[in-house]
Amino acid sequence: MRFFVNAKFDFIGRRRPAYIGTAIFMVLGLVITVVRGLNYSVEFTGGTLMQIHSQAPIDVGAVRTGLADQGITGAEIQTFGNDQELVIRARVAVEGSDADNTQVTSAAVAAALDGVLGAGSYDVVRTEAVGPKVGGELRSQAFFAIMLSFLAVLAYLAYRFEWRFGVAAVAATAHDVIATLLFIGIMRLEISLFVVAGILSVLGYSLNDTIVIFDRIRENLRQSRRDDFVAILNRSINETLPRTILTGGTSLGTLTALAVIGGEVIRPFALVMLFGVVVGTFSSIFIASPVLLEVENKWPGADAKGVPVVKRKPQTAS
Amino acid sequence: MSKSIRNRLLIIAGMIALAVFYLFPRTITIRERGPDGAMSDVQIRRIPLKLGLDLQGGMHLGLELDQSVKVSADPANDLQLALTVIRKRTNEFGVAEPLVQQQGAHRIVVELAGISDPARAKAIVQKAAFLEFKITDKTGSLERAIPAMDRALQQLGISAAAGSQPSASSAVQQLLGADTTAAVDSTAPVVGGVLSGLIQPASIAGGGAPGEYMIPETAFVRVASLFRIPAVARLIPRGYEIKFANAPTSVGVDSYRFLYVVEDRPIITGSALTDATAQLDPMTQGAIVVFELDRAGGRRFGTETQRHVGDFMAILLDDRVQGRPPVIQSRIDRRGQITLGNRSLQEAQDLALTLKAGALPVPLRIVEERQVGPSLGADAIRAGVIAAIVGTLFVIAIMIGYYRVSGMLAVLALFLYMLFSLGGLAALDATLTLPGLAGLVLSIGIAVDANVLIFERIREELALGKTVRLSVDEGFRHAMSAIVDSNVTTAITGLFLYQFGTGPVQGFAVTLVLGIAASMITAIFVTRTFFLVWLERKPAMQTLSI
Repeated sequence: MRFFVNAKFDFIGRRRPAYIGTAIFMVLGLVITVVRGLNYSVEFTGGTLMQIHSQAPIDVGAVRTGLADQGITGAEIQTFGNDQELVIRARVAVEGSDADNTQVTSAAVAAALDGVLGAGSYDVVRTEAVGPKVGGELRSQAFFAIMLSFLAVLAYLAYRFEWRFGVAAVAATAHDVIATLLFIGIMRLEISLFVVAGILSVLGYSLNDTIVIFDRIRENLRQSRRDDFVAILNRSINETLPRTILTGGTSLGTLTALAVIGGEVIRPFALVMLFGVVVGTFSSIFIASPVLLEVENKWPGADAKGVPVVKRKPQTAS
Repeated sequence: MSKSIRNRLLIIAGMIALAVFYLFPRTITIRERGPDGAMSDVQIRRIPLKLGLDLQGGMHLGLELDQSVKVSADPANDLQLALTVIRKRTNEFGVAEPLVQQQGAHRIVVELAGISDPARAKAIVQKAAFLEFKITDKTGSLERAIPAMDRALQQLGISAAAGSQPSASSAVQQLLGADTTAAVDSTAPVVGGVLSGLIQPASIAGGGAPGEYMIPETAFVRVASLFRIPAVARLIPRGYEIKFANAPTSVGVDSYRFLYVVEDRPIITGSALTDATAQLDPMTQGAIVVFELDRAGGRRFGTETQRHVGDFMAILLDDRVQGRPPVIQSRIDRRGQITLGNRSLQEAQDLALTLKAGALPVPLRIVEERQVGPSLGADAIRAGVIAAIVGTLFVIAIMIGYYRVSGMLAVLALFLYMLFSLGGLAALDATLTLPGLAGLVLSIGIAVDANVLIFERIREELALGKTVRLSVDEGFRHAMSAIVDSNVTTAITGLFLYQFGTGPVQGFAVTLVLGIAASMITAIFVTRTFFLVWLERKPAMQTLSI
């Protein structure tokens, strides 16, 4: 049994429709995300999250009133799974208190719950109280880590392949990270640390997928230097297509299992990864390779066929 | 069997043995607090894989010096002191493997696994535990100062709220036997004065030490803030300060808060303390903390108490007076006790613990708190494990269905991959978190991908008409560069995440990088060895089950 043996699809020829499709998704996603805003968890914005489990069904309205009495307005209150489990997110500190002193807000939430539900009639399943300072640090750290890893990947690919490959791989991966962020915005998923781990996994998967195709391009370039570059790109994508389908398929299967039966905590991560596998596969074929072609058209060189030139003097503007 | 194959099998056996060794259940000693409050060492056997707080439940606290109350002269040094104090406290707290470490330049991270009473844990970590003994004022200087304070408040436009009971407002007047006509006297009470209306000597509630006053509990917050107004604070008698009791007291049906005027110079502080233990007072059955002072502290305490025989001594913990000040009956040397009244033995134990570990140099505030109940973690594990099993079965079915015998070899290698990554986690003493599990799932995908890359390549070579043996060799050889390059780039991102990430992100990075390493070993080395054995056993094989 083999799939897509000797496939001869003209992927590169269809790059413009793919660009347009991506552009439409990006613009739509950007509009939706900008209008509604990204839904950061309290870990990033600062604030207090409390998840409680009560013996009796909880009246959300009463909890909201109780919170307002304690000086907490604009808290998000959601049931979690069933109506006995409740998640409260208070992002704004109690008026007049030091926002970085997280305990004031959690105490106020606890007091409100004691008042509405009765002390002892509920269990606190989870608490997260993060000062805005810590939240800001987390955000910048995640961003910093992704950017630096991009640089390192560029350097590695420039060393192992050639700088053009590095640029194309990072472009495709950046595309995937942005698309995943927009997907999160469209789906209104909460950006928690766990979802950030999902975005990072997408980054890893997408790079992996792109490199496998690039590896084949590198090999085919060495074997047949005289061929047309577009033909080589198409051939490489087609030759690796069985692997792309199989690996993508098994990943999607595993992630579907995680999304469906993995539980409430894992689901957002699994959804992000599901989207990431689809977009990562798409971008390896329709973004990474075409970008490689565009870069090659724009900056052709003696080493244009991707053969690493180790001793190449940097061009100086004279 | 050729020598090279035997060597390869030996290496694989060695790696399996190493992984099993690291994962083998071992005896771990943890300190636990028994029901009697004593600490004891308990030994348990378990697989040495550490679960993160999100999986086993527990509490994560981020603490910073709170300089809004007291400015630290040397923050770096104070943070180190605080770190030592918290470490001592958590070691006695009775949690297995508490984690206390510095993060960055300004923060202390405390992780307590599987705790059941988060409020108590927070109190123990955060309590400054600053102990002072101060003599109460027996000169009645507050009574003389109150009229001036009230006048100062009146000038600021603050006077008694309308509707306050007139009888209460004249309490001080009656006590002093003041003549209401003597309005010109500077010490005369101000009619309608706020403080004079709220503060009354504790002696009317029976007993009462000198310098002890009471205010209605409902007015406690207001009075405390009035004393902080600079115009009033200036009028507090020189050499004295005003402190409140740590809890309200019921007098009849009403609830009152005691207020004390004490000398601002402590006769001794908790830094001289060497030991503290919680006990039940045999007389009253109330909880007490018995403490012992060091030699120098004992000498000073002895001299001071001798000088103050007959005076009352307030015991202040974190600026609040504990219980009602006892009278000093005779010289006290190195041993003393703090009476906690009707509070529980548990509270007395916690107090003894914090006193013994020493005071925090500067109060700490909690800037980050994460707490997961054990049930949530258990639910997450259960659902996650079921999903992982279903996902793995799906992968196994596809691999065997698609690649037949070769697929079986790959599945066998996949099991070794899991053994190696878990063994690696145990060997590195890494903590498995929920994002860490996600990293593991991703690396399973990478491990499968490596096999897929190899098998697809072998199929291509076979399709070119090469022999089985040559196709296998070429397949592994050509797939190698793709596997190495794609895995190394992913590992690079993992390393950066580890370097610049915090807790959960780091957990993800560790399992990812470890998983990549394990997957490269299994795909390139283990699966290859399986193929070599297979080909050696059936050298005449014309077609490959792939």
